[in-house]
Amino acid sequence: MPAQFTLSRARLDPAALGCLLADDSCGALVAFEGRVRNHNEGRPVVRLEYEGYEALAVKEGTKVVNEALARFRIEHAGCVHRLGPLALGEVAVWAGVSAHHRDEAFAACRYIIDEVKARVPIWKKEFYADGDSGWVNCNIR
Amino acid sequence: MARVRVEYFAVLRERAGCREEELDTQAGSARALFAELEARHGFPRLPSLQVAINEEFRDWDSPVSDGDTIVFIPPVAGG
Repeated sequence: MPAQFTLSRARLDPAALGCLLADDSCGALVAFEGRVRNHNEGRPVVRLEYEGYEALAVKEGTKVVNEALARFRIEHAGCVHRLGPLALGEVAVWAGVSAHHRDEAFAACRYIIDEVKARVPIWKKEFYADGDSGWVNCNIR
Repeated sequence: MARVRVEYFAVLRERAGCREEELDTQAGSARALFAELEARHGFPRLPSLQVAINEEFRDWDSPVSDGDTIVFIPPVAGG
């Protein structure tokens, strides 16, 4: 794929993203979709908003994908994260890997999504059914 | 005295009431600059905070220089 980590304000199309990883030498394609869930820590969630420090998010996300390409025996990898308002069920983040064999593809995909969640400067604001809202992980309610 | 640009995101953007500001500071480090702005804007206590200078993660003792763009990074929550 041309760009390994990108941000998108438009809906993601996982099938089209998977096609970018196609390679006849690869018997495995593992993709992860993170979707907007209707609850968090026991509270009903009605929608989300993602905000990113875009320049650094792309830099750090690209670093994560390159780390996966270096650490695992995989051929192609990519990740796309949404920004802006999202409805329940929408794909918020997509990570995909293709490899000759499945073990490395699963491990690399897991690595990418875990590291992206932990390191890339993107923030999530949840809007709850009771009208309240809050930034996730900031614990300042 | 250094003239710097500070960009705010997420909870800090909301508390500061702006996306960015330019200011003159005598702060000798990113830590001192944050302390200055925390007092002015009433930022909340966060479980963790990182700092980036000119689009690179840096440590809190890094100096801030004329023309720098500084971003304080609240706990991230992608995915």
